[in-house]
Formats: sequence, structure tokens, C-alpha cells
Amino acid sequence: MDVSQYLDIFLDESREHLQSLNNNMLELEQDSENMDTINEIFRSAHTLKGMAGTMGFKRMQTLTHDMENVFSEVRDGNLKVNSDMIDVLFQCLDALEGYVTIIQETSDEGDNDNQPIINALNSCLTGKKAEAAAPAEEKPAKKSGGKKGTKSKAAKADAKTDEEKKEEAPAPAPAVSMKLSEEEQKAVEDAMMANRKLFHITVTVQDTCLLKAARAFLVFKAIEDHGEVLATNPSTQDIEDEKFDFVFQILIATDGEIQPILDAIKTVSEIGDAVGVPFSGESAVSAEEQPEEEKAAADTEEKETKEEKAETLPAPKEKAATPAPAAAQTPAAAPAKKPAGKPAVNRTVRVDIEKLDSLMNLVSELIIAKNSLVSSATSLGNNSNQLNDHIEYLESVTTNLHESVMKVRMVPIESVVTKFPRMIRDLSKKLNKPIELYMTGEDTELDRTVVDEIGDPLMHLLRNSADHGIEEPEIRAQRGKPEVGSIYLDAYQDGNNVVIEVKDDGNGIDVEAVKRKAVERGVITEDQAAVMDDNDIIRLLFLPSFSTAKKVTDVSGRGVGLDVVKSKIESLSGEVDVKSKLGEGSTFSIRLPLTLAIIQALMVVVGDEKYAIALGGIQTIEDISPSDIKTVQGSEVINLRGSVIPLVRLDKVVGVESKRSPEDNMVVVIAKKGDKLAGFIVDELIGQQEIVIKSMGKYINKCKFISGATILGDGEIALIIDANALM
Amino acid sequence: MDNQLSTTLNDTTQYIVINLGTEQYGIDIKYIDNIVRMQQITRVPQVSPYWKGVINLRGEVIPVMSLRIKMGMESDEATKNTRIIIIKMDQHEPIGVMVDSVKEVVTLSTSEIERVPQDSRENGYVCGIGKQEQGLISLLDIELVLQDM
Repeated sequence: MDVSQYLDIFLDESREHLQSLNNNMLELEQDSENMDTINEIFRSAHTLKGMAGTMGFKRMQTLTHDMENVFSEVRDGNLKVNSDMIDVLFQCLDALEGYVTIIQETSDEGDNDNQPIINALNSCLTGKKAEAAAPAEEKPAKKSGGKKGTKSKAAKADAKTDEEKKEEAPAPAPAVSMKLSEEEQKAVEDAMMANRKLFHITVTVQDTCLLKAARAFLVFKAIEDHGEVLATNPSTQDIEDEKFDFVFQILIATDGEIQPILDAIKTVSEIGDAVGVPFSGESAVSAEEQPEEEKAAADTEEKETKEEKAETLPAPKEKAATPAPAAAQTPAAAPAKKPAGKPAVNRTVRVDIEKLDSLMNLVSELIIAKNSLVSSATSLGNNSNQLNDHIEYLESVTTNLHESVMKVRMVPIESVVTKFPRMIRDLSKKLNKPIELYMTGEDTELDRTVVDEIGDPLMHLLRNSADHGIEEPEIRAQRGKPEVGSIYLDAYQDGNNVVIEVKDDGNGIDVEAVKRKAVERGVITEDQAAVMDDNDIIRLLFLPSFSTAKKVTDVSGRGVGLDVVKSKIESLSGEVDVKSKLGEGSTFSIRLPLTLAIIQALMVVVGDEKYAIALGGIQTIEDISPSDIKTVQGSEVINLRGSVIPLVRLDKVVGVESKRSPEDNMVVVIAKKGDKLAGFIVDELIGQQEIVIKSMGKYINKCKFISGATILGDGEIALIIDANALM
Repeated sequence: MDNQLSTTLNDTTQYIVINLGTEQYGIDIKYIDNIVRMQQITRVPQVSPYWKGVINLRGEVIPVMSLRIKMGMESDEATKNTRIIIIKMDQHEPIGVMVDSVKEVVTLSTSEIERVPQDSRENGYVCGIGKQEQGLISLLDIELVLQDM
């Protein structure tokens, strides 16, 4: 079977499963008794194993299999979760991630067997065997006679097959093989009262079949004459909606024998196989699950659709005569008390990011074309209202189009931040400091390209906080702080920006220490140090090779970090700032633009050149008389409604001659950066325009305050001034 | 120059011959993406003097340098013969090079090229001299020009 075409899906889904394993494992560490979590873990591990097996990654499959064994014992209550075990399991996840990475790079899983981890996993298992000497449910294991993944190509179906195969072994008691609603349960009981025979039929549709729902319908039609359909799995509705892979199950009550029914089913074309086994009603619902069944059943359908991926659809039953237990019931038994979580999978389409990029480029081209149209219409004069109407309509369409495309490219930062709880946990162990990470706003969305890039900077900041920020527990105790240090990762949208803050309640930044170090290293002179305020000094930390950590650990403290963070964020047109109070903690905040490619800008004229300034940072535009300019410490400022604002003469900055006479009133664009304001003196305003940012290439971008160029409607190029860089 | 374009023998290289002042220079044709007429150049502040600015080439923003200034000659005066040669090298963004004029394409065989040894290169960028009936052509090592920024 050629599986290479599924490789991308496999990689994506493996990552999802690994992430969910990581998350759930963290939860498990907190609450080792939580059956939901254990079930969830088991399911993910299981699907992962199935997928790896289907794709032919044997080593990965073996490792997952051993991991799954451990979970299976935990789930059955034969094994208690302890911290050693969690550690081993985490190692195991890392190893699996390693496989996935190697697979992504080489399409092969490599030759690392990870034997030590497998041994460790097995010793977890044998440890249990010793303590729980003779558990009753030592069933004859490995009944896995059936070939796995009979028909279905989809990894999902395979996964489930494996699950069933797997679960046959340790299952403590027979249980339902189908979820039955109350009504269905009743119908089953009635049928049994009436002494009818119950059969459980598994129908497999050929995987080349296009109209699965239609075939299923014909199957139902065919068996109508032979008996009464009591229940189906998935639900009849789902089957009609084609929400099943290639297999569905039917519970039928009949007065006759099974064979004619199966024959009838097989006459329907494109049906691969139909297998029937007698269904014993008594075992349908085991006693202690009764109370939960109601809730679970109600929950099931919802879950089923929402969690298509996690749960997958039912798979072919083994030919083994024993009803395969628990498989389908596991999710149902998981009660709905999981906090109103987001659905594991939305109704989505996976699109290659390159396709989105080219779509975005086309939209950019369209906007440039629209801008040209606008400018030629303006040059034609204002005599055609109709033309203007059309152009306005076009403008609104292109703006909406741009917004929609932008939204398509937006992804929640969740994908990067979900790995952090695990990282902090590991760091906490490594550094011997109890640390708790609190995250909010994981659903904040950013452009895909930005999200891909912010992982590393954020990781740097978090490591920094954990290593340098949070004090040793003893010191914290002395200072009257709770022993467990807290790190907060908060993300939220603020206008056209997204702000991500990393905050800790640790030591804060020792301004004096930074100052001493800076002077020592010759970064600043004594005199400079004397006049700098605390914030300026803290910002020195962002200079390359500046680390004040007293002890260099392998976590951080090599002096590469904050400057990398800063340059990375700046390359994304963002900015990073820090606030800190000695003894109380520090807050690093990253501010990023929502999108990189197209922005609203204010077009201005300086000398005879046109420039664009991003509208996002602009507060107001003021008309200032030259006589209002004051001089403070050699620099020009104005007093605007009570605040003193430094002025920047753009003509001087860009090196052209201003066309305005010095006596005239000046146009001053007031821009804001954090809590700083500055006024930029320009010659003239042209107006607001949607511009497409074009890179100028690496050869000519030496100029710090030019963040790019844009092509105007008439084909002319205007440079984009980064007001932040001039403040 | 058409007949010269048509033949590429194993050991020959095609060069575009350009004029800078009174001298002729050759640029290996494999690096050349396009040759465009002089057009409006948007100045970029605070960059080295040899950068003339950026141009809009069919929607792409491309930096343009003056080869004259780069080679240590006096600065250009745009005439109707002035051309911008768009150079595109693997793994590099395209770049425009402003020259006084573009003369022709020549095909030089190895025997017609006199290599200039690395250590005796005077103004850095000439890697060889092409000998033709019409005169001598200084062959530019354009990679070196672009590296040296």
C-alpha cells in the first residue's frame, strides 16, 4: 500500500496527538486519578500507534505500543500513576516527537530504537505485576488473530482496529460493543423478551466506494425484509450524512438466521464484507455504568461529531467470536464534565500555506491595481460620479477581500504556546524550583507567518523568567512569597496589534547590577549611566551579549537570548519592552502587528519625496506654529495639551530640503510607542491609503527607520517610515 | 549581435558588454535577468552612496546601484542610453546595476580571456580581460561586486 500521499496528514495528526498527550499528561500529573484524562491519553496513544503502524513506522509503533500498555494498565486500575512513571512517559513523548521530526525530514523513522525508554516502560509494567500479584483479569491475552486494517486505507480505521485488538486482552468484563441509547436499549430488551435473535453485523464498504451513504441505504433496504434494525453505529443520521469511514455496524433483531441477512447485504454492490455475530443482550450495559449511560449517551453524539479525529469512527470488528469490548464504549463512558472545552477539531480544510501566500500576493496585486485605478480616476477629474461610485465599490470589495484572506491566514497562538506548560514543568524539575505557568488568551490570533516565528522568542522569555526571574524557594520563603513561583503568559489583541506578555513574580531586574555591568563592559560610560532612567537601563539587557546571571546554567545565561528575542520580534515588525520592579517581578511584553503584508498608512510628503507612515502608531495630526517649539537639553519639543513631546524633523532624517518656509505652521504627526509620544514634522499630508508592504531586499535595508517600500497607484515607489525606530 | 548569440560552444562564455565612461566591461550573461531603460528611481536615505535607490520592476521593488560609483568613478548622469541591468543570482534577490550604456553581447572562448590572478587585481572586481578585435573588455566578477556590500 502506498502511503506516501498520507505522510503530510500523518505528520500533522501525529503532532496533534503528541500535543494532546503532552497536555493530558500534565493534567494527569496533577490529578493522577482522573479517568477522563487517562482515557483521553489512551485514545491518543492508541490512534498514534495505529497511524504509525499503517505508515509502516515500526519503531515508532513499538514505542507507542509499549507506552499504550502502560496506559492500559493504568486505565484498568492495575497500575498507579507516579512521578517516575510520568517522567518516563514524557521521555517517551519526546522520543516520539523525535521520530516525527526525523520522518518529516527524511520520510523515514531513522534507526533509533529508543530501547532504554522501552525498557523503562516495561519496568513500569513489571513493577505493577509484582505488587498486584494475582489479578483476576489475567485473560488469555493476544487474541489478535484478525489481520489489522482489513480494508480501509485510512489510518484512522486502522487505529481503531488496533484498539480493539489491543483491548481484547486485558478487558476485565464483557461490555457493549455498541453505544445504545435508552430507546435502543429498550428495543433490545423487547426483542429479547419476544425471543427474537439478535445479531451484530459489521458491514465494510469498499474503499473505492464514492456514495457510501447510498450504499448504506441499500444495505438497510436489503435487510428490512429479514428483521428489524434496533441500532446502528454510528447513528443512522450519521450514516445518512456519510459520517463514517468505510465501516458501520448494525444491531438487528430477526426471527430467522443470520446467513440470509448477510447474503442480502452482500448483494448490494460495492459492499466489501459483512460479518455477523450473535449479540447477547445481557452484557449490553454493565451494572455500574448504568447511571452514567444516560448522560454519556446524550453526550456521545455531540462528541462523536466534534471529535471525529480523536475518536475516529468505528472500525471493522474482528472475526473473533467474542464481542470486542470497551472500544466504542470508552468515549461514551467519559462523562461530560470536561470543562466546556473547545472541540478537538473544527470543520476545517487543511490548506498548504504556500497556496495562501500566493492568494495573499494576488490580493496585494489587486490592491495595487485598485490604487492605480483610483489615481487615474482622480487625474481624470471629478466629472463622472458613476465612475467614482464604481471605484468606491471596488475599494470596499478589495478591502473586505483582503480582510478575509488575512483572517484565513490567522491562526491562534495556541499552536505555539501549548508546548510551554510542559517546558516549564521540565525546567521546574531541572532548576529545582517549583514553578507554575498560567496562560490566558491562547485563542488570540495572529498571521500564520508570525505565529511560526514567535515560538522561539517566547521560549527565551519564559526560560529567562524561570531561570533568572523566579528565586530559589528558600529566598522566596524569606521574602514572604509563596514558594511556588508563578509565570504568566497572557496574550490579547489591542487594536491592530497583538500583545503577548510574559510576567513573573520573581526577583525582578536589578537595575543597579545592570548598570554596573554595562559600565564594566564599556557599553555605557559612568556619565551616561548617571543620566539614564531605570527603563533605559533595563533596555540595555536587549543589547547583544549582555547577561547578568550570576550563574550560567544550561537553561539560559549565556548572554544570547534577549538580543535574539529583540531582533526576531523586530524582524516581524514588532517591538518588545520590559517593565520590572526589583523584588516583585518583571513583565516582558511583545507587541506584534496583526498582519505583515498590507497595512493602512498615512501618506506624507517630505521635500519632494513621498513616504508612508503606518497608521497604527499614529495618535493625532497637529498644526503647530513654529513659535510653539521649545528647546529642552538641545532637542526640540512641543507642549501639547499638557504633555511634552519631542519633535523629529523628517526632512533632516531622510536628508532632503523641506519645501516649507520656516515661518509657516508645521504639520506634525504625533505617533505613539508604548507610553512614549513623538511628533514628526512633515511638509504635507496626502491622506490615508491601504498599502502593500514590499521588502527592499537585504542589500539596501541598512537604513533602520525604513521598514519597507510600497508601490503607489501611479507605479511610483514610496518608502515606509518606521516611526518606532525614530522614537 | 544576433549571430553571436546563437552559438555557445563548450568552452566559450557569453558576456554583455557595457560602457562605463570610456571603458568597456563585460558581465557574464548567465547572471543577467533583464535589461531595462532608465526609469524613476526612488532614493533611499542613509545608505552607501553607490545605492541609487529602488525601482518598481513590474511590481517588485528592486534596489539599484551605480556601477560607476561602486568602481570609484564619478557619478552617473542619466542619458537616453543609460540602462539598468537586472542581475539575478541563485539564492540572491534581484538587484539592478546602472550603467552608461549596453553595447552588445560577445562570445569569448577561453583562449581569448586572460585571467587576472586574484592577488594582482587592482580595483577588485575585474577577474579577467577579454581580447577582441574591437578592443579589450574588462570582465567583471559580479559575484564579488555583490558580496562586497
